[in-house]
Amino acid sequence: MRVTVLGVAASAPAVEPSCYSRLTNEWFCLDYVSDRREEILDAASEHLLITVLAVGLGVVIAVPLALLARRLPRLESTVLGLSTGLYTVPSIALFPLLVPFTGLTMTTVVIGLALYALTVLVRAFLEGLRAVPAEVRESARGLGYGAGRMLVRIELPLALPVVMAGLRVATVSTVALTTVGSLVSHGGLGNLIRDGVTTNFRAELLTAAVLCVVIAFALDALIVVAQRLLTPWTRVGGAH
Amino acid sequence: MRVLRDAWDHLLAASSWTGEGGMLELLGQQLLLTATALLLALLVGLPVALGLGHLGRGGFLAVNVSNVGRAVPTFALLALLVTLDWPGTDSFGPYGRAGIATLLALTLFALPPIITNGYVAVREVPGDVTEAATGMGMTGAQRFWRVELPLALPLVLSGVRLALVQVWATATIAALVAGPGLGRVITDGFYRSQYGQGIAGAVVVALVALVLELLAATLQRLVARDRRDPVATVSTGHHPAG
Repeated sequence: MRVTVLGVAASAPAVEPSCYSRLTNEWFCLDYVSDRREEILDAASEHLLITVLAVGLGVVIAVPLALLARRLPRLESTVLGLSTGLYTVPSIALFPLLVPFTGLTMTTVVIGLALYALTVLVRAFLEGLRAVPAEVRESARGLGYGAGRMLVRIELPLALPVVMAGLRVATVSTVALTTVGSLVSHGGLGNLIRDGVTTNFRAELLTAAVLCVVIAFALDALIVVAQRLLTPWTRVGGAH
Repeated sequence: MRVLRDAWDHLLAASSWTGEGGMLELLGQQLLLTATALLLALLVGLPVALGLGHLGRGGFLAVNVSNVGRAVPTFALLALLVTLDWPGTDSFGPYGRAGIATLLALTLFALPPIITNGYVAVREVPGDVTEAATGMGMTGAQRFWRVELPLALPLVLSGVRLALVQVWATATIAALVAGPGLGRVITDGFYRSQYGQGIAGAVVVALVALVLELLAATLQRLVARDRRDPVATVSTGHHPAG
């Protein structure tokens, strides 16, 4: 596709000064961004979709797993041991191991990244629940709270700050890791980075890299705002 | 499931291990890269982290370096370094193609866990302990070497362990930008539709990662025995490596 664009640029020189062509290869290039707007938007939305699905899937599995692990101490050490082992495996080795089962699809990337998010989230949930003071639990029990109501009304809200910290770590690292999905051609902005590096196209490479970081920090800020809204009590003089 | 049999065959065939570009050579290359980068990061990161922790300064930097390290994709940084005029893809001694770029990226990504954990480790030494040391007439240097460093060691070591995992992962990703190391087996396999080979490479990378992690954990346990419980503090900077 680029070949045709370059062809046009070469056959009609000086019509429009462009910062990418056969002769110039600049890092910052707004022409590139406007010319390839659709391609960039597609990649960015795939990137976002993969991240959101992976972290969402991670949360959906992490909550029941953490609750189970809390009940069964032996399961807890197994879960923590497995998650340490899993986070040791590089993503570029994990995706190929999933390929025999899910093929060269976005599912492979989402499942792989969800597994990584899971390792962070289960720990965060367990730590958060453990941070709930015993006397708070006791007074809730004294007030007649059953296990289910206590979990939803007392424990989860109090665990939220630690859980949200884990969610931030999981989300930001998932955004970064999504790029590796370009190994199976579903890496969101990672596909542009890979194309940029194989064709030595600097504007494409830098734009995609910067967008990755921007998405990571934007999602991070979004979670911080959500946390502020969900835990108003932490701001009322209780910050320190 | 034919790919799984292909992968198995590739793992069992002697020809995939030996010879030029065989998995043994690439494994050695990647281990060398990992060791060198970790050593460089320790030489740069430890003095900075421990010094800042001892002085009680620069906490904002020391803690945020991890957040930045997490947000920057290892793949993107590797790609940038390779595409720059320097270091580019030039071969560098035993480190192979794009050796300098890879070493640089590996070292940079090993720094955050080392710096953050090192800083937090020294800062978390209880205030009354350091006060007692000062009260006993210890100088700043004596306090650092005899009190703060020994107490900080378990958490410093868990930072080094996280860095090791990070470096191994980044070294594998280097292959996505035509760098050296075992990742080549994976990327070559996938780009040439020889998925069995790619999966075989992934198995080797994953197994070596687990072995390295186990070795580091054992070493940490040996060094930190009878000290503070390292498990309670290991979560600092824990995040998927790359």
